[in-house]
Amino acid sequence: MLQSGAGLSILRRVQDEAEREAEGREQRRHRQGRRMLTILFDGVAYGMLLFVLACGLSVTLGLMNLINLAHGAFAMAGGYVTALLANRHGVPFLATLPLAFLVSAALGALLERTLYRHLYAKGHLDHVLFSIGIVFMAMAGVEYCIGPDQILVNVPPFLAGRLDVAGVGIGIYRLFLIAVCAALVVTLQLALTRTRFGSRLRAAVDDPRVARGLGIDVGRIFAVTFALGSGLAGLGGALGAPILGVDPSFPQKYMIYFLIVVTVGGTSGMVGPFVASLLLGVADVAGKYYVPDLGAFMIYAVMIAVLVLRPQGLFARARA
Amino acid sequence: MSTAEALGPARHLLAARGRWHAAEGLFWLVGLASYFLFPAAHPLLNQAAVMALFALSYDLVLGYAGIVSLGHAAFFGVGAYAAGLATKFLVGDPLVGLAVAAVAAAAVGFASSFLLLRGSDLTRLMVSLGVALVLGEAANKAAWLTGGADGFSDMAVGPLLGRFTFDMFGAVAHAYSLAVLFLLFLLARLVVHSPFGLSVQAIRNNPLRARALGVPVNARLVAIYTLAAAYAGIAGALLAQTTQFVSLDVLDFSRSADVMLVLVIGGTGYLYGGMIGACLFTLMQYELSGLTPKYWHFWLGLILVGLVLVGRERLSGTARGLGRLLPGRAGT
Repeated sequence: MLQSGAGLSILRRVQDEAEREAEGREQRRHRQGRRMLTILFDGVAYGMLLFVLACGLSVTLGLMNLINLAHGAFAMAGGYVTALLANRHGVPFLATLPLAFLVSAALGALLERTLYRHLYAKGHLDHVLFSIGIVFMAMAGVEYCIGPDQILVNVPPFLAGRLDVAGVGIGIYRLFLIAVCAALVVTLQLALTRTRFGSRLRAAVDDPRVARGLGIDVGRIFAVTFALGSGLAGLGGALGAPILGVDPSFPQKYMIYFLIVVTVGGTSGMVGPFVASLLLGVADVAGKYYVPDLGAFMIYAVMIAVLVLRPQGLFARARA
Repeated sequence: MSTAEALGPARHLLAARGRWHAAEGLFWLVGLASYFLFPAAHPLLNQAAVMALFALSYDLVLGYAGIVSLGHAAFFGVGAYAAGLATKFLVGDPLVGLAVAAVAAAAVGFASSFLLLRGSDLTRLMVSLGVALVLGEAANKAAWLTGGADGFSDMAVGPLLGRFTFDMFGAVAHAYSLAVLFLLFLLARLVVHSPFGLSVQAIRNNPLRARALGVPVNARLVAIYTLAAAYAGIAGALLAQTTQFVSLDVLDFSRSADVMLVLVIGGTGYLYGGMIGACLFTLMQYELSGLTPKYWHFWLGLILVGLVLVGRERLSGTARGLGRLLPGRAGT
């Protein structure tokens, strides 16, 4: 009797443990699901940031067939405007964002009018050499003037911290990023499809020669677009400063990301680069989280997969 | 007209293009003389010879096949690591190291060439840069093998041909690099003046028309890219063996940019461009990095920007003038 009682209690204990384990498994599955959502959320935020950083490049490339590898230098300029103003001069973070846009846009306009405009008639090799030269000068110049260390920007208290929505951890700053970038995407798409400038721009991208024949000043459209694209890159650099940081090697580090966004997304609109950015962002964040050892290779895997499956990009028409 | 008759003028043309010129002999004599005239500069000149071979390899890709690559250091780096590891784990003989490096780099070049066949210049830039970055990341992660960011130098390179031990003044190293450069130059000269070489140039000038003429475009591009990768691998192996040190910077982006600049200074598409460019580049690097070692890249960037704005053709006019004396340059 005693023995069977002991046996019973052992049996019960085993049952209890099995139940607890099942419960644990359930919980773990839930936790994993929630973590996956968090990663997806972070990836989307990162992807949207990439889009803001790279969209200017896709337009300038589609418009003038100009391969500007120095696009990241304008992003870095914006990042440094925010980092220096916020960290050293105590300007509120949000107030630095428009300044970052304006400084980068002005820089873009200046360089376009003085230097880049001489490139349009030249070949791709010249574009590559020239823009690598700009990258090297920007990197060495920043290192000389500001220093080689990475600067991280602290976000204001009301943007810091995490929200807990149905158990899914959501960084407030990332939520802010998604909101700002989504607003930008909608604005850009509307500007491109609804405004007069947008339709001129689309005409110029489709066929610059015919557009010129219709009296559209393609050169001026290009200058404005270049400045806007540089400004957006600067804004992206500023928005990214709290999570990516800024350092002198920024233009080189993100060159491959920009190239992938533009190549995979194509240059015929905003949708392609947007989808490509999201894909890249989610793949990068998920890769680094789930397979830390191989995570850095994830974006290249995406790049090769897209190249093999769709050599002309996700949405693009064949480009000459 | 029979085939033999039709081939007559073509053979004649090839023979005329491939004929040696006095200026070429002079060029190599100067190279040889520099070995005896400047014994103190052996390490520097060795560096120039390695750079020249690397640029020769890039010329095959850019100047002859018209592929703008942004990651040619990938093959240089694979060669350097392959030679370094072969010396460390297999045998110390430098020529075996060269062979291992050539095979390893050619294998990587062959595999990645298929990604370059389709798509535009932009796609090629992205893929070539991506391949170099992947290899850099792999070398960084495989620190147990490659030493990661610190690199490794514990390799004992044996005597060359079993007789000449590498000395601390770099005399043997310099002679070794110069000899390898010359032999590989001869091979490249044969290749670019062969019917194969001409067809590659036809692809560069107009891929569509070349295809219509019956040139197997993809196969030719794969072949020339693989050959160029092997060349770059040997250049990397030379650097690894003569400095007895390999680290991540053999795969660095700036090395790919350097080789672009070297070739562009000297002029593309006539084989000597890379060598003339390498001499000028090495001198420039020596002078400028002596002034501001940390900010050498600023001057490099300034030169690149200036070169494009002034016009590559005009600025490299002196090199081209010399090039015009050297026959066999492709009409670009």
